[in-house]
Amino acid sequence: MTEEKKHEILRLLHTNSRLSTEAIATMLGESPEAVSEVIKTYEEERVILRYSAVVDWDKVESGRITAVIDVKVVPQREVGFDAIAERIYRFPEVKSVYLMSGAYDLQVIVEGYDIKEVSRFVSERLATIENVNSTTTHFMLKTYKEAGVIFDDGEGDRRLVISP
Amino acid sequence: MDIRQRLSPVVRDLPPSGIRRFFDLASQMDDVISLGVGEPDFVTPWHIREASLYALERGFTTYTSNRGLPQLCEAIADHLTRYALSYDPAREVLVTVGGSEAIDLAFRALICPGDEVLLPVPTYVSYRPCALLAGAVVRDVPTYAEDGFRLTAEMLRRFITPASKVLVLCYPNNPTGAIMTREDLESVARVVIDNDLLVISDEIYADLTYGREHASIAAISGMKERTVVVSGLSKAYAMTGWRIGYVAAPEEILEPMLKIHQYTALCAPSMSQMAALEAFRNGEQEKQKMVESYDRRRRLIVEGFNRIGIPCHAPQGAFYAFPDIRPTGLTSQAFAEALLQQMKVAVIPGDVFGETGEGFIRCSYATSATQIQMAIERIGEFVHGLLR
Repeated sequence: MTEEKKHEILRLLHTNSRLSTEAIATMLGESPEAVSEVIKTYEEERVILRYSAVVDWDKVESGRITAVIDVKVVPQREVGFDAIAERIYRFPEVKSVYLMSGAYDLQVIVEGYDIKEVSRFVSERLATIENVNSTTTHFMLKTYKEAGVIFDDGEGDRRLVISP
Repeated sequence: MDIRQRLSPVVRDLPPSGIRRFFDLASQMDDVISLGVGEPDFVTPWHIREASLYALERGFTTYTSNRGLPQLCEAIADHLTRYALSYDPAREVLVTVGGSEAIDLAFRALICPGDEVLLPVPTYVSYRPCALLAGAVVRDVPTYAEDGFRLTAEMLRRFITPASKVLVLCYPNNPTGAIMTREDLESVARVVIDNDLLVISDEIYADLTYGREHASIAAISGMKERTVVVSGLSKAYAMTGWRIGYVAAPEEILEPMLKIHQYTALCAPSMSQMAALEAFRNGEQEKQKMVESYDRRRRLIVEGFNRIGIPCHAPQGAFYAFPDIRPTGLTSQAFAEALLQQMKVAVIPGDVFGETGEGFIRCSYATSATQIQMAIERIGEFVHGLLR
């Protein structure tokens, strides 16, 4: 299978991970076995890390809090930012960690069920790590778009049921 | 007073569209999976919408010249070069209110009462009424599944009479998805030239082909001077509601069309023209993404129909599959109606597109893969119930 088609499998699964192997195979003009093999390889190589859904949690849970924390750190000899990043990303409250260029070094996204819980995590766990110089916490107020999906999208199918 | 007797007899006697009846039936029902839609399921790409918003913000709300914005005419002429077509944007291009106006203008400019229009069927539902409104006599030229619903030179020759004047081509075809190769068009062009016919070539699906490049009859030697190319942005750029179509034709034909346009539509909506300009300038990538998506769904629907025992040729253009429902023994009207009532799947009976469409149904695959799969499951259940 061509590289382009293999990447197309990734794009299709990224948009809708529930697409069946058979449907993907038909759409790409390949056999289900070949598609299955490519997916298996991607999983083994950890290109595909997990299958998940984009969820609008605000619709089903109230009080859920997401914070984006800018963290300035002192990089360490030999391991740079990696060791500190690992200490941070191992906490289960932490949803994502990115190394950034610009005004701060690490962006840490933390989820919790109230402001106190997130605040306690920042002040007691994160800020106290050696070589963490400062933290700035921003609470997310509303999600408009995540992972390429527009929340509360008003652009549903407005077409008439039948048209020429 | 009997107002009916005072109406134009041509309009009064026009039969209502066969599609209309199905629309009325389907729109009274909930949760219908629709394969009956003749337009993209994409919303116009954002950058195109944004260009129109910007135009509005700058107060771009006035008439444009009758012909259309000069820069849009240039973009259209430039776009057509990809099909080996060469038109002077200042003299041979006209922006219209959708492809529909372009078709109407073409018939009105070319037809004298009693002239014959040759219409390969099955085909899009509007040509016949537009031709009749212009005073034409319409002669159907059948095309068949066995030929991939392509018009053959032999068949065309068989239906020409001394009164024949205009041949209408619609390739890639609505409703069959058929395309014509350059070789097909060359043999048709010989018949057209031998018989001194004019051609209205509706190429609105030109950008939506799968695995083959679109060929235009106007690009064949000796054909440009006798061909009106009609197209628009509705299908390829997902811009149905913007109503931007266009005509490319030699000046001698375009000028009379422009005259009718200037007295009826005056000009196409200016903010839509600005959106169209953006589509031509920067829309290629988004368009390609949509084409790839249609292509994937095309495979899904064709495989699905064949799997459930309904033979379906692979369409090579547009976004319609035209499966053969003759094995069920039902007429296309009976099939479509029962399918809608029992399974809540809307399709268009093939006979509304002309006599040789009988025994087929038009299914649009401009809908999500999930909807296509659900529709196929329901149609499969319906068909197995019939064949049991």
